[in-house]
Amino acid sequence: MNILKFFTAGSVDDGKSTLIGRLLYDTGSILVDQLEALQNSNRKNDDGSIDLAILTDGLRAEREQGITIDVAYKYFQTGKRKFIIADTPGHIQYTRNMVTGASTANLAIILIDARNGVVEQTIRHSYLVSLLGVSHVVICINKMDMEGYSEEVYHNITEKYKTLLAANLKLNDVTFIPVSALKGDNIVHLSENMPWYKGTSLLDFLETVEVTGNQTSDYARMPVQWVIRPQTDELHDYRGYAGRILSGTFKVNDKVTVLPSASSSVISKIEVFDKAPEEVTAGMSVTLHLKDNIDISRGDVLVNSAYLPQRSQLIEADLCWMDNKPMDDTITYFLQHNSKLTKCKVREIMYKVNINTLEKEEAFEFKLNDIGRVVIKTADELAYDLYSENKANGSAILIDSRTNLTVGALMFRAIVE
Amino acid sequence: MSKYNLDYLDELEAEAIHILREVAGQFEKPALLFSGGKDSITLVRLAEKAFRPGKFPFPLVHIDTGHNFEETITYRDKMVERLGEKLIVGYVQDSINEGKVIEQKGKNASRNSLQTVTLLDTIAKHGFDACIGGARRDEEKARAKERIFSVRDEFGQWDPKRQRPELWNIYNGRIHKGENVRVFPISNWTELDVWNYIRREKMDLPSIYFAHKRDTITRNGQLMAASPFLNMDDADVVTNRMVRFRTVGDMSCTAAVESEADQIDDIIEEISASKISERGARLDDKVSEAAMEDRKKGGYF
Repeated sequence: MNILKFFTAGSVDDGKSTLIGRLLYDTGSILVDQLEALQNSNRKNDDGSIDLAILTDGLRAEREQGITIDVAYKYFQTGKRKFIIADTPGHIQYTRNMVTGASTANLAIILIDARNGVVEQTIRHSYLVSLLGVSHVVICINKMDMEGYSEEVYHNITEKYKTLLAANLKLNDVTFIPVSALKGDNIVHLSENMPWYKGTSLLDFLETVEVTGNQTSDYARMPVQWVIRPQTDELHDYRGYAGRILSGTFKVNDKVTVLPSASSSVISKIEVFDKAPEEVTAGMSVTLHLKDNIDISRGDVLVNSAYLPQRSQLIEADLCWMDNKPMDDTITYFLQHNSKLTKCKVREIMYKVNINTLEKEEAFEFKLNDIGRVVIKTADELAYDLYSENKANGSAILIDSRTNLTVGALMFRAIVE
Repeated sequence: MSKYNLDYLDELEAEAIHILREVAGQFEKPALLFSGGKDSITLVRLAEKAFRPGKFPFPLVHIDTGHNFEETITYRDKMVERLGEKLIVGYVQDSINEGKVIEQKGKNASRNSLQTVTLLDTIAKHGFDACIGGARRDEEKARAKERIFSVRDEFGQWDPKRQRPELWNIYNGRIHKGENVRVFPISNWTELDVWNYIRREKMDLPSIYFAHKRDTITRNGQLMAASPFLNMDDADVVTNRMVRFRTVGDMSCTAAVESEADQIDDIIEEISASKISERGARLDDKVSEAAMEDRKKGGYF
């Protein structure tokens, strides 16, 4: 059994929280005491049934206002898979929360209200999915019950989406499902109200879609998080480089290069706690040993010598600004790239994207939720891959050194010579 | 299936180890909050996997309400001896003696809420800048919104509206002097995941997790272990029952469930079939819909 992480995009009006509530409810993932708390709650649907949306609104302010403000994580499992849902708010003012939810997801569910079809918000959500490189997209055309479960309505929306968005945004793997989250059609069980629909239910799809990891690259990368040095009598010379493999495979006897120093050695031993496997792969937390005694510390990255990453101080990147205080290109920020922390400045704003129309606009400032292309200059050279090839080694965050807040998300797009 | 696909327990484990190593790498003086419950026992196991054959880069810290299950303390001391790691204990009784908190009165009196003061004092006294805890997002809906690296201000407070975005697997642990970070490496685990992991790793647990005979009373619809720490009166009828505990906290606020499950396989089967959530057995969460949110804002674990 493996894990599928997905996130949902859509506003309260689209029935996003209701859809998640429905998935949890119909898979028996809601327990009696939680259900009792729901039934005792004052929020009900107009027909008096339980408002499933309350399940995901965890903060008092959210319940009071009936909106989702922050990312909420929900968990459920079926016989086939364990699921982690990042429930993110859909309104434009919470774009940063959606970017956050999308950053770790294998799959995105975008909701479209069948009554309204493709709207500005659909464009925005689809753009973010494309920007963050989420592998699979499911478009749920919701509230089909309010459109008489009409095949024509469904057909028109899917055609419009395909021509308007899927092609432009290069979304490769898009699946359309007509649903009613409120009534439960095609969520867990196939609907009898839409015999014309020949696909699977949403849950069925989620259970069977192939999970692709966070990287498309096979090139071995491991940032060093911590050096294990017991310095006891019997382990006097023990020196293990501990980290989590971002991508690819490391094998005993592989030639590896340490960046940024560019010194090379050979893997002499691999440890995973009390085991010593011959090879380890992406996603695993491991300890590597090298034949030669070279100076390696936190912030360095070990890579397979045959496939070196990009190295530069100037990088072209997409930036999503996440702080109330606008970006200031006169000050120095911290940039955190895996275990590496260095100083950086935003050297140039190339353009900003109007995320409702997808048009590129000239820009002189970056405010909360703005997204666009910038050139950054780092104090230390970074060893990175492009985001499109290796998400984990192609992303970084910006930290405001005055407030210590995380203020920006960076996706590396090109090397600047 | 992609060739890099890990089994779900392997993936959860690898993520938790990564988080623990980030704590070691980013902070000067971290600590691991150890309650004696299965979640913090799991954390200790993960710390062994993250740092052995080296020492832990942090001590274990136990906030002791004085209202413990004896079995938990026995377990704790044996475990610390086996690990050879440092244990620091902060006593709620000390906070009471120093007049920093006042013992609650009445039938539902509990030292659970008093712990927060002792915890914050212990953090301040030792200058801890990061405290690793075993909270999980599936436990409660305020927790479902909390970050893995969760910043607390000088007063230990959590501000849900000022949480830092947490992107990819990058954790921002930068803080100002006086602030500290609560770190939750098993945020993405469910109760069932923890039990499956305990079984897979063949880990030892305090005996109270397994079915045993115990004197109990019924309080507010919950089964409580009869003990000197409950303010019992003539209305409380003591009955000897076969019970076990799903969570381990203070004796005055942790309820038992009737169960015959004395083996881990039986427990996993029982939880899989259960229709009541784990924190349903915690009186401290029953106060109001936002009980946990309010306690977390005040500095609770």
